[in-house]
Amino acid sequence: MTMNALPLWATLPAGMLLIAGGLLTLIGSIGLLRFPTFFQRIHAVSMGSTLGTGCVLIASMLVSSALLQRPVVHQILITMFIVMTAPVTAMLLMRAAVYRSRVRMDDEHDAAAEQKVES
Amino acid sequence: MNTLFNYAAWFASLCFVLAMIFALIRMFRGPAAQDRVLALDTLYINGMLTLLMLGIRSSSIVYFDMALLIALFGFAGTIALAKFLLRGEVIEP
Repeated sequence: MTMNALPLWATLPAGMLLIAGGLLTLIGSIGLLRFPTFFQRIHAVSMGSTLGTGCVLIASMLVSSALLQRPVVHQILITMFIVMTAPVTAMLLMRAAVYRSRVRMDDEHDAAAEQKVES
Repeated sequence: MNTLFNYAAWFASLCFVLAMIFALIRMFRGPAAQDRVLALDTLYINGMLTLLMLGIRSSSIVYFDMALLIALFGFAGTIALAKFLLRGEVIEP
């Protein structure tokens, strides 16, 4: 079972899917590094990593099916899991960020009001 | 044609490792706690993808179980950290 047994119909789409998934994930992480605010960062990362994971897992399914000469679908477990859990984590993190920024703004507002009363 | 596929696999692995490095930089630099949690989330997803690339390149079946476990535990950890940021405790009485 070497790479030499890989037929052409699996090689071309799998290679293109791998390149697309790598580029998407890399772009998402560059967005994580470069964007100025938290909400822009989570926007870039959650979409990039979900799409990249989907591309890589479909490519993996193609390659294993072509190598083993039968349909291999157990990568669909990871795909389903990532597709179900990525929005949940993104939403919880965004709610935490909204809550924390609102608490901080309230604190600053209270501090400013207290200073005004004291002066 | 197989050399083309090998180049594609190497390119994807390189992209995932670069993405891991960027997430690590953001985790050390992040101004708020939620930035660090988001960077940790990105880091474990990219580590899982790197393991999947190892599995594709070596055509072995063991790596998929490891990737599934990393996805499971990473999800649990991120949910726990986000819940802690939101509420102040993880398991509420």
